[in-house]
Amino acid sequence: MLNFSRWAIFAIILPLAIGVLCAIPSFLPDATVAHLPRFMQTRVNLGLDLSGGSHLLLEASTQDVAKQRLTNMEEQVRTELRRGDPKIAIGDISARDGKLSFMVRDPAQVDAAVERIRPLTQGAGLTGQRDFNVEVVNSSTIVITPTEAGIKNAVKSAMEVSTEVIRRRIDEMGTREPTIQQQGDNRIVVQVPGLQDPKALKALLGQTAKLEFKLVDTTANPSEVAQGRAPVGSEVLPYVNNPSGVPFIAVKRQVMVSGEDLTDATQGYDQSNQAIVNIRFNSSGGRKFGQVTSQNVNRPFAIILDGKVLSAPNINEPILGGSAQVSGSFTVESANQLAIALRSGKLPVNFVVVEERTVGPGLGADSIRAGLIASVVAVVAVAVFMFVSYGRFGMYANLAVAINVLVILGVMGILGATLTLPGIAGFVLTIGTAVDANVLIYERIREERRRGRNVVAAIEHGYKEASRTIFEANVTHAIAGGIMLALGSGPVKGFAIVLLIGIATSVFTAVTFTRMVVANWVRRTRPTDIHI
Amino acid sequence: MKLLKLVPDNTNIGFVAIRKWAFALTALLTVLAVGATAHKGLNLGVDFVGGLMIEAKFPQAVDTDKVRSTIGRLGVGESSLQQFGDANTVQIRLPLPEQGGAGAANAVVEKTRKAMTAQFPGVTFSRYDTVSGKVSGELIQNGVLAVVLAILGIAVFSWFRYEWQFGVSTFVAIVHDVLMTLGFFAITQLEFDLNIIAAVLTIVGYSINDKMVIDDRIRENMRKYRKMDMKALIDLSVNETLPRTVMTSVTILLALGALLLLGGHVLRGFTAAMMLGIIVGTYSSVYVSSSLLISLGLTPQTSEKKATRKGDYAGTAERVGPRDDGAKP
Repeated sequence: MLNFSRWAIFAIILPLAIGVLCAIPSFLPDATVAHLPRFMQTRVNLGLDLSGGSHLLLEASTQDVAKQRLTNMEEQVRTELRRGDPKIAIGDISARDGKLSFMVRDPAQVDAAVERIRPLTQGAGLTGQRDFNVEVVNSSTIVITPTEAGIKNAVKSAMEVSTEVIRRRIDEMGTREPTIQQQGDNRIVVQVPGLQDPKALKALLGQTAKLEFKLVDTTANPSEVAQGRAPVGSEVLPYVNNPSGVPFIAVKRQVMVSGEDLTDATQGYDQSNQAIVNIRFNSSGGRKFGQVTSQNVNRPFAIILDGKVLSAPNINEPILGGSAQVSGSFTVESANQLAIALRSGKLPVNFVVVEERTVGPGLGADSIRAGLIASVVAVVAVAVFMFVSYGRFGMYANLAVAINVLVILGVMGILGATLTLPGIAGFVLTIGTAVDANVLIYERIREERRRGRNVVAAIEHGYKEASRTIFEANVTHAIAGGIMLALGSGPVKGFAIVLLIGIATSVFTAVTFTRMVVANWVRRTRPTDIHI
Repeated sequence: MKLLKLVPDNTNIGFVAIRKWAFALTALLTVLAVGATAHKGLNLGVDFVGGLMIEAKFPQAVDTDKVRSTIGRLGVGESSLQQFGDANTVQIRLPLPEQGGAGAANAVVEKTRKAMTAQFPGVTFSRYDTVSGKVSGELIQNGVLAVVLAILGIAVFSWFRYEWQFGVSTFVAIVHDVLMTLGFFAITQLEFDLNIIAAVLTIVGYSINDKMVIDDRIRENMRKYRKMDMKALIDLSVNETLPRTVMTSVTILLALGALLLLGGHVLRGFTAAMMLGIIVGTYSSVYVSSSLLISLGLTPQTSEKKATRKGDYAGTAERVGPRDDGAKP
C-alpha cells in the first residue's frame, strides 16, 4: 500500500485540484469573475432563500383549454357550413357535456357536411388518431367529440406557448436571471431572484391579454342588453366603464381585427394627457382595420381585452395607417402593463398561483451570514476534536475535509447546482459525516495495532477492512439521498444535492486521498510506532 | 501529547444482557411517541396544510397580543402567532382565502402589511409563503412517500446484502427512529414543514450508516468465530465498533450544535430534529437492532442451517443463500 505510482498520485491530485479551482470563483466578487476566462466562471448559484426573491408555482386549468378548443371548433364549424360555398343549412349548435352536436336541415346533405368538417380536425398522437371524432347519429345529427389525445396535445402545446410568453413578459420587466420551467403536465415554476414584491409579476402573469376589436351592435335593444340578451350574431360583454351606466354592451360576434395581427404596443398619452396604449398592426391587420373603419364611420367599435370591453369609441374617420390607440381610463402603470402583455403575445390559458414563496433580501443575507459562521465554527470544532483524538492522522483527516468542502463547492459550480439554506445544513452535516470514514479507518488501525501488527500492516489492514464498511454505509446513505432528490421539492431537493455530492467526494477524499498522504509519510519516515 | 480517547480500549460492556430492559424501554418510548403524535398531532406548517405564512420583523421586541388583535380586526381569518427566539421576529399564520383565486392571497398579505405598518412603524415582512390546499396535499404525499421509500429501499438493500435478519432489524430500528422524531415534534409542537422531511430522511440515512458499520462487524465476526455464542459475538462486535460510534456521533453533534446555536432561526427546527435523530439513531443501533438479531434467530451457523430451515421463512432463504462469500468451511 505504500507504493503509489506517479500516475496514481497524479490521478488523485488532478481531480481534487480541478474541484478546488472551480470553487474559487464562488468566493470572488462579481466584477473579478467577469474577467476570468469562461471555463473558470463556475459559481454556485444561491437559492432564493439565500439571495432573496420570489418563487411562484403557476397552474393552468386544463378544463379551460378543453373548453376553449370546443368554442373554437364551434366557430369553425359555423363559418365553414353557414358561410362556405355551397351553404349547408344547420340548426343551432349545442355544446353540452363537452361535445358539439347539431342537426343538418336537409338529410341529403349530411354526408357533404361531414366531408366539409373532417378537414377541420387534425392528427393527434402517433396512432393516426384525430383530435376530434366526427360521427353521424340519428341520420341527421352530427356529433363532434374531442378525443383524449387531442386534449393532451392541446394542453402540451398551450404549456409550451405559455412558458415562452411568460419568459418574454418577465424579460420585459427587466429582472435578472429568472428561472422559468415547466413542471409536470400543467404547471410552471417561476423564480425571480432579488424580486421582493411579486405583485406586478403576478398581475402580468394573470393576464391572458387577448385583444380584439369588434363593432358595437347599435341595433340591440338596451333593455334586453341589460338583461344579457343580444340579437342573433351579437353577444353581450361586460363593459365596466360604460358612460351610459349599464355595465354591459352588445357587440357583433365577428372579430374585426385580433391581437394576432398586432406588431407592437407601447404606452403613451393622448391629447388630454390620459394614459393610453398605442398599437400597431401588421399589413393585413392594418388593411382589415382600414376597411372596417372606412365602412363604419360614425359608428362605435369596441376594444376588448380578455372578453371585457375596455372602451367603445366612435370611429371618427377611417384609420388607415395601421396604428391605433387604445384608451380606457388607464393609469400610466396599468397602460404600461397592458402594453407589455400585448407585446409578449397572449397566454393561451389562464394560470392561477398555487404556491408562492417570497424571501426578503435582508433575511437572505442574515441566513448566509449565520450559515457561514455556523459552518466555520463547525469546521473548527470538528478539526480540533479530530486533532486531539488522532494527532497527526487527525490533521490528515482535517486536510481531507477542507479539500472536500472546496471540491463540493466546485462540483456544484460545474453542475450549476443551487445552494439553499438546507444546503448549508447539508454542508455542515457533510463535515460531520466526512470524518466518519476517517474515524472508521483510524479506529481500525488502533485495533490492529493492539493486536500486535506492525505499523505498515496495521495501516494497510485498517484501510482495507474499513473501506468495505465505508462503501456499504455510503451506498445506503446515497439511497436516502437519491430518493430525496427524486421526490423532494424545494428545500428537500437543495439538501439532497449537497448530500449526494458530499457522499461521492467524501469517500474519495477521506479514503483515497488520506491513504496517499499517510503512505507518503510512512515511506519517508519509516516509523516503528505510530501515535494514534 | 496524550491523545484523547472517549472510549477506553477493549471495552466489554454487556449490551445484549440488558436487551429485555432495552426492548421494554424502547417499546414504552415508542408507544409514548405514537400516542403523543396521535393525541396532540403535529404542528404542520403551511407546506402541508396550505395557507399563508408571514414572517414579520419588528424594529424592537413586540407584544404578540397586540399583533394578534391588529390582525384580528382585519377579518382575514383565525391567525396563529409564534415568536422566534429573538422576540423581534414573529411568524404569523393565516388560512388561505377560500374564494377570489390568484389575487386573493396577495390581497391578504397587502391588507396585513398595511395594518401592521400603521400599528407598528418600521415592521418589515422578511418572507412570506402561500401554499394552496392542492399543492400542500401533494407535498404531504410526496414527503410521506419519500420517507417510506427510503426506509424500504434501505431495508431491502441490507436484506440483499446480508441475511434477512439484518434487513428486519434495520427496518425496525429505522421505523423506531422516525416514530421518535415524530413524537418529539408532537410534544414540542415545533413547526413540522418540508425542511423537517429532509431532516427525517437524513436521520434515516445516518442511522443506517451506524447500523451498517455494526452489522458489517457482526458479519465479519460470524465468519471469524464460528463457534462463538451469538450473544457474546454481538457484544464483542458492538464493543469493537463502540469507539467509532461514539467518535462519529460526537463530531456530528459538534457540527450540528454549531448550526443550532449560530445557524439562524430558519433552520432551528431542522437542526433540532437532526440532533435528536442522531442520538436516537445511535441508541437504536446499539440497543435495538443488534439485540434484535438474536431474537430473530441469527446464529453463526445460519448460513449452514439455511438449507434445512427453508420452510420456516418461505421464499426468503433462496435469496439469501448465494451470498455466503465463501463462508462455508
